[in-house]
Amino acid sequence: MKKEQDKILGKVTGSEYEFGFYTDIEQDSIGKGLNEDVIRQISARKKEPRFMLDFRLKAYRHWLTMEMPRWAKLNIPDIDYQDFIYYSAPKRKKKPKSMDEVDPELIETFNKLGIPLEEQKHLAGVAVDAVMDSVSVKTTFKETLAELGIIFCSFSEAVREHPDLVKKYMGSVVPYTDNYFAALNSAVFSDGSFCYIPKGVRCPMELSTYFRINAANTGQFERTLIVAEDSSYVSYMEGCTAPQRDENQLHAAIVEIVAMDNAHVKYATVQNWYPGDKEGKGGIYNFVTKRGICKGDNSKISWAQVETGSAITWKYPGCILKGNNSTGEFYSVAVTNNQQQADTGTKMIHIGKNTKSVIVSKGISAGRSNNSYRGLVKVLRGAENARNFSQCDSLLLGDKCGAHTFPYIETDNSTAIVEHEATTSKIGEDQIFYCNQRGISTEDAIGLIVNGYAKEVLNKLPMEFAVEAQKLLQISLEGSVG
Amino acid sequence: MSTVKEKKDIKGYLADLFQNNRDLIDSGSSPPLNRHREKALSLFRKLGLPSRKSENYRYAPLGDLFEKEFAHSFNVKKVSFNIHDIFKCDIPDLDTNLILLVNGKYYNSENPLREIDGGIVVGSMAKAATEMPEIFEKYYNSMAGDTGDGLVAMNTAFAQDGVFIYIPKGSVLKKPLQVVNIMIHETDLMAQHRNLIIAEENSSARVVVCDHTLSANSFLSNNVTEIFAAPRAYFSMCKIQNEHNGSAQVSHTFVKQQRESNVFTNTISLHGGFIRNNVFARLDDEGCENHTLGLYLTDKKQYIDNYVKIDHAQPGCHSNQLFKGVLDDQASGSFNGIILVRENAQKTNAYQANNNILLTDDARINSRPQLEIYADDVKCSHGSTVGQLDQNALFYMRSRGIPEREARLLLMYAFAYEVIGRIDVKPLRNRIDDLVNKRLRGELSRCNNCVMSCG
Repeated sequence: MKKEQDKILGKVTGSEYEFGFYTDIEQDSIGKGLNEDVIRQISARKKEPRFMLDFRLKAYRHWLTMEMPRWAKLNIPDIDYQDFIYYSAPKRKKKPKSMDEVDPELIETFNKLGIPLEEQKHLAGVAVDAVMDSVSVKTTFKETLAELGIIFCSFSEAVREHPDLVKKYMGSVVPYTDNYFAALNSAVFSDGSFCYIPKGVRCPMELSTYFRINAANTGQFERTLIVAEDSSYVSYMEGCTAPQRDENQLHAAIVEIVAMDNAHVKYATVQNWYPGDKEGKGGIYNFVTKRGICKGDNSKISWAQVETGSAITWKYPGCILKGNNSTGEFYSVAVTNNQQQADTGTKMIHIGKNTKSVIVSKGISAGRSNNSYRGLVKVLRGAENARNFSQCDSLLLGDKCGAHTFPYIETDNSTAIVEHEATTSKIGEDQIFYCNQRGISTEDAIGLIVNGYAKEVLNKLPMEFAVEAQKLLQISLEGSVG
Repeated sequence: MSTVKEKKDIKGYLADLFQNNRDLIDSGSSPPLNRHREKALSLFRKLGLPSRKSENYRYAPLGDLFEKEFAHSFNVKKVSFNIHDIFKCDIPDLDTNLILLVNGKYYNSENPLREIDGGIVVGSMAKAATEMPEIFEKYYNSMAGDTGDGLVAMNTAFAQDGVFIYIPKGSVLKKPLQVVNIMIHETDLMAQHRNLIIAEENSSARVVVCDHTLSANSFLSNNVTEIFAAPRAYFSMCKIQNEHNGSAQVSHTFVKQQRESNVFTNTISLHGGFIRNNVFARLDDEGCENHTLGLYLTDKKQYIDNYVKIDHAQPGCHSNQLFKGVLDDQASGSFNGIILVRENAQKTNAYQANNNILLTDDARINSRPQLEIYADDVKCSHGSTVGQLDQNALFYMRSRGIPEREARLLLMYAFAYEVIGRIDVKPLRNRIDDLVNKRLRGELSRCNNCVMSCG
């Protein structure tokens, strides 16, 4: 019994990365290395206004004074920042006016990803702003959104067409001084998405962007900014898969969310970048700064993430609960396998009165991986009646992996109620036995238990994503199981 | 920049202090202890004082504690007082074997090392180091020596004396031992003492430690205790910290447990301006049991910091951490607990809980309950809460005619009792019960007969 279970677990956790493919598209890149000239070139090629260049240079100069953070429970090899290409864009002779003009290979890539742009328009009702190595290639549903006054475009387009909005909000949640990777991103960011929901508008569809790292040796530095005005609502999805590659690739993104009075922003991520092979060779370094601010009263920001990829993940989506009665939510499933390392969690900063936050984090570690939850709940003095509930569970599959929990709770107010609980366990033999007894094979039982364990979080994902996430969980862990 | 410079200075200052007083330190101690000093000093020079940048001392405002002008206890002249005067206030029904430390020095020069029932040896550390060299050499600094904490290294360099307890194989200590640490001096004083406790196979002993201050000067004590529990030994230590609020204490307790041993520590912090308690327990063989508990009731501007690390190095061990606290006025505190389950420590059961009640808006608490797990067949859980008294429970009691103040006290008392109830010496439990009750009522519980009106 035990042996069979081990065998199945071995099979389950030994499965290889499925989305490893590489599309050959002509790239237009700036040479390797990073210095002020490279930044000027990036800015020039993107035809950016002066204020952007100044912002980039300020960030770069600040970055030079900073040191790589070492506090996370991660074993990060030394990174040579001069060894990356900081800008690479698919070469275009002219702007495609219809699908026919889009590079067929690019369409093929999307097809492999399961997002045929044309069909998706009709079937899923999802507007996809596809970021293919830094430059937004195709934006759909723009017209429909424009009618409502919603701006949904690539970041570079926003810089050109809505400089006032960008100027006002960019860096207001994650300033370039925030941390090492935020500074790096601010200096060299290539592209990303910009989303603006005007007052009182409820975005009728799920907005989504597929980020994809494609060219060899390019760090992808996107930057996303979402601004939700009073009483607006938007649900935003971001999903990633990456081609198989031997050299480690650097990814340092920034996501900023601003929610005004009564606004509600949902941000969902599925991250499945190449995690490296079984020996830990290759794989993406994922150092991301994501933060939302509930600026107005009664606003709400919720993060949902499924993290299955990347060799190293360093990511703490957080909420600053500044408005009274605002709410922050964080739901996360993090899966690590083989040699993957993840140090992920959230930050909930309670500033306003009657602010609430919920943290549900489910870690699953397998192989020789290390999976850490690191979260901060901070209640400031003025945050009367702040309420937090945190739950972080770890599931260990195999005896060589590690699961760690590092919660930080800082309470400065007597009316606050802060709760944290965590458990660590493995799949019990009695659970498997119970399933077997009812005619469910061990293989199915493990799949069932893992999915059930993560269900609480998967339920928080938008429908379209939940299916993909479930599939990813199975790919990352279950292999032939389930 | 200026703060950084000062920090450097303080490290150099302490190292110079050691060099300049080397003769005094040595002559007030004994050669076996003196042999460890050089190495410890160079370790201290390397590590320095822990700063806020180190994760373990992240919340502790250690800052200027060591920068004050202190006299040092290298050759403090003997203070004379009637021992019974001091202890009128302490545990009346508790029949104990008493050990007294004054400013970190063993206080009974006529009989520095004595044998009590069953061959149990208690007495001065400095004396024991020369009288029982094999035991001393085997254990002294064997756990504390390789720590990364500069304060421990500093203690090893400076400590001249302390308490030594040796419980031989199979001995059972019926009466608890009571260790009383007294700080009394005409000027502000810094003292560092070092304890060593060895519990041999199948032995059993209980120790009560009380910390007191008897003069209004400010005190700083930095003490280290090493506890070694051999197979199937039972050892329990209950510590009551009741110093005045002008005092600061940093205590480090190292525990090493062998097969099926059981170690129980309970720290009750009532008064003291700055308290930092570090407990490191290594469960080094199968079937060990460890209970680390703490209760802190603080008010005014007190700061209390508990740091616990339980290291499950071998399979089948059980550990339990429970820390509860009530913080009033501008009191602040932090709890930092780590359960480390090493790779082969399968079948580990480890629990950790930290519950806090904040009574005012100015009180603050930081809690970091952490798990680090490298084995899969384990049951580990932790929980941490910060909150207030249960409004429903309060309402329930008030609806039955219990005044609000009384109802609050009852709830706080019940909250604290979970820790007090675990004390295994009955008279002591009753006494602490009483102290806690008074403490919560705001009646001076520090010492009923205390001459000082401190705080």
